[in-house]
Amino acid sequence: MSLLKLEKLVKDFGGLRAVDEVSFAVEAGDIFGLIGPNGAGKTTVFNLITGNYVPNKGKVIFDGQVLNGLAPNKIVTLGVARTFQTIRLFKALSALENVLAGCHCRMKSGSIAAMLKTPFQKREEKEAIQLALAELDFVGLGDDADTRSDSLSYGNQRLLEIARALATQPKLLILDEPAGGMNEQETDALIEIIARIKARGITVLLIEHDMSLVMQACEKLVVIEYGRKIAEGLPEEIKVNKKVIEAYLGTDDEEEGEACF
Amino acid sequence: MKRNIIYLLLALLLAVSPAFLNAYWVDVLNNVGMYALLALSLNLILGHAGLFHMGHAAFYAVGAYTTAILNTSFDIPVLWTMPLAGLIAGLFALMVARPIIHLRGDYLLIVTIGFVEIVRIALINNVFGITGGANGIFGIDRPYLFGFKIRKPHEFFYLIWGFMAVTVFLFHRLENSRFGRALNFLREDDVAAEGSGINTTYYKLIAFVIGAVWAGMVGTIYAAKMTIIAPESFNFWESVVMFMIVILGGAGSIRGVILGAFLVIGLPEIFRGMGTISDLINSLFSSFGVTLSLDFSNFSKARMLIFGAAMVIMMIFRNAGLLPPLPRKYPLKKIREEMRIREEVRIREEMKIGEEMP
Amino acid sequence: MELFFQQLTNGLAVGGIYALIALGYTMVYGVLKLINFAHGDLFTIGAYLGLTLLSTLGLTDHLGPFGVVIALAVMVMGLVAVVGIILERIAYRPLRESHRLSAVVSALGASIFFQNAVMLIYGARYRVYPHDILPRVVIPIFGLNVPLLRILILLTSIVMMAALYFFIQKTRTGTAIRAVAIDQGAAKLMGINVNAVIMIVFLIGPALGGAAGLMVGLYYGQINFTMGWIYGLKAFTAAILGGIGNIPGAMLGGLLLGVIEAMGAAYISIAWKDAIAFVVLILILIVRPTGLLGERVAEKV
Repeated sequence: MSLLKLEKLVKDFGGLRAVDEVSFAVEAGDIFGLIGPNGAGKTTVFNLITGNYVPNKGKVIFDGQVLNGLAPNKIVTLGVARTFQTIRLFKALSALENVLAGCHCRMKSGSIAAMLKTPFQKREEKEAIQLALAELDFVGLGDDADTRSDSLSYGNQRLLEIARALATQPKLLILDEPAGGMNEQETDALIEIIARIKARGITVLLIEHDMSLVMQACEKLVVIEYGRKIAEGLPEEIKVNKKVIEAYLGTDDEEEGEACF
Repeated sequence: MKRNIIYLLLALLLAVSPAFLNAYWVDVLNNVGMYALLALSLNLILGHAGLFHMGHAAFYAVGAYTTAILNTSFDIPVLWTMPLAGLIAGLFALMVARPIIHLRGDYLLIVTIGFVEIVRIALINNVFGITGGANGIFGIDRPYLFGFKIRKPHEFFYLIWGFMAVTVFLFHRLENSRFGRALNFLREDDVAAEGSGINTTYYKLIAFVIGAVWAGMVGTIYAAKMTIIAPESFNFWESVVMFMIVILGGAGSIRGVILGAFLVIGLPEIFRGMGTISDLINSLFSSFGVTLSLDFSNFSKARMLIFGAAMVIMMIFRNAGLLPPLPRKYPLKKIREEMRIREEVRIREEMKIGEEMP
Repeated sequence: MELFFQQLTNGLAVGGIYALIALGYTMVYGVLKLINFAHGDLFTIGAYLGLTLLSTLGLTDHLGPFGVVIALAVMVMGLVAVVGIILERIAYRPLRESHRLSAVVSALGASIFFQNAVMLIYGARYRVYPHDILPRVVIPIFGLNVPLLRILILLTSIVMMAALYFFIQKTRTGTAIRAVAIDQGAAKLMGINVNAVIMIVFLIGPALGGAAGLMVGLYYGQINFTMGWIYGLKAFTAAILGGIGNIPGAMLGGLLLGVIEAMGAAYISIAWKDAIAFVVLILILIVRPTGLLGERVAEKV
């Protein structure tokens, strides 16, 4: 059974069909790439999986459970974590606290336990901090635990988002353009981190524009254009797929595509 | 550490101050304390969760009326009604906040203003026939604490500021916990908070409920202090004053909110008392042939004007308030050390196992 | 039936006033996405300025009743517009790039400032408008006696609204305002002077609000420094009811709210009259936050 399965997913915005009967399946342990030209509907697909949007038609099935209509936070608890295309950190809070946000859904102590400072609450709090530090170490931000998240560099902010997502202890990690705004060294470090995430047994689904990253990191790709799936396969197959090349290079001046291939 | 010593000294100074002050000034301190308590409870909602709530006076009213009704109609001792006043205010908050909790900042603000007005109008119209209409309810008993009747301002001082000490202690813990952080996460970015697995609706509601429970309990103290309550004591301006205290003092900061209460409630009183001082200055200058017409006591009349202007200026130059919250402190060094030791133990044990089974 | 029609005309007249104030909220919201909480107080200032001008200038000695009202309206609108522009310059412009809610707090502060300034200048008590400015005549319409003032107020507000609608839809400046409302950044790139547009909005909105203040003074005969809050909230409700940011919506919402309120006062309970608007406000925000004429907008994630 696939870990994540999309069945003929449809999303309309007013008269515009942003996602049109997209289906694909992600197997457990994969590093799966979702690519396509700008505005193809990739992020919309992600938002449909994570519950930020509700599909008009079709199904999202994760780990045997239909996710349609569940609240985003519920979906996180079930084991789907995400990062955002436009970085969305809790700016005024420290890196550590950002990761603690991810720990939140695996913790139990409520407001009354906090006021009474029960032994359980104290222990849980300490364990959460340990876990958060471990995740910061994992992405290489261990020394920045106390730093305000908005004073981190752009690349490190992306890594912090990944650490926050990992702290939710996901089965599936969804990365929306993780290399956006990163330089070459940072991208290389990211590829290495993604490999280590896979080694932890976490499945990765990512959107990316940086084709070198996609080709290096991903084991399987789905390509969408105008909200429709146009190809699916191994990276080397996609590279030579006629439809894909057309979609990227097209007849017009889509610079990005030229730069990529 | 140094800061804690300063807080301790200030608290001590406050604790002994009634010994040196007359009833009028002790009552001023009592008012400061009441508003500080209300503002602290609002601070959970407005400061920590970032929800623009301007109807806090409604919860305060529910608490005060609960006490007044239970005491005058059923003869339940005033302080015994306190938990119930909190509970009913909390339930009321849950009920009214549930349908509007998803509204965006400024919309929420306007709806909460609407609620506080509806509550006031309902009280005036003697809803359910138990609120006494526009005249309110009178003849509320004085509270007894351990058999001791609390009546004078000096006595109320210790009730109010004692409750303050408990509140600060509990709220400080609340702030520095999973709960407090969750409120901050949804204030900073509620989409990201949801995406990190936080049930933002739940936390917004709980913030409202805890804030309302506290405001309701302060309502009990108010009813006991005044012995008469009327709808006009809970009008929209009360909510505005609480809002102002939080924003000017420092949203999300306990020390900021208390400072805010001293400024907004206490400062005008100080200036009111300074009419004689300004007269003195005027006469001093006039004896040198300079005509001045200073009148410091005017300040108390113009206080809302000045604080209104201060809100504008504050937003432009220092929008986190006078004493913004400090970043939370975590014992990172200690925890790191523990993690290191645990790791060493783990490695040593692995080596041991390795030695045993080569 | 007589009661019904009397309440209908009354509701329409009051609704016209709400609509004029609502236009100020909606226009500012349209271009700045800000609820201008101080708008209700600009309305109050209009009412008080009208009173001051009336009692100091001695207009009644030189002009006929309608001349007086027109001269008053022009002066009040001009003065309140100046206050509006100063307000924007001092309290809102420095905050345009900062968090939206900072501007809301600033607006609240400005509102409190204005309200208390009026109180300190004019006193906290009700002030009375001279009631002999316009002839107290009733006009028979379909056998009903409708006060002339009521009709005049409704007509004036409709004329002003129509003029504004024409201005927004048909003129170059109006197009610029609409463009800024849709996308400030893009409008700037197209060479539209955004600051100038915002200034025009803060000229028109307060001017209309000031006119409404004058109307309330003339219609009810007494004014108070806190009236801006209650009228402001109701007008805001009207703006939401019609769909905030939408000019015809504000007109529709204002008239509708005026009628709902008048009917509620007559047929439900006069004691709950002020609560009716808030109930409408809360219901509309829960059920259809985009209002009657507003479009649904999905929030971008």
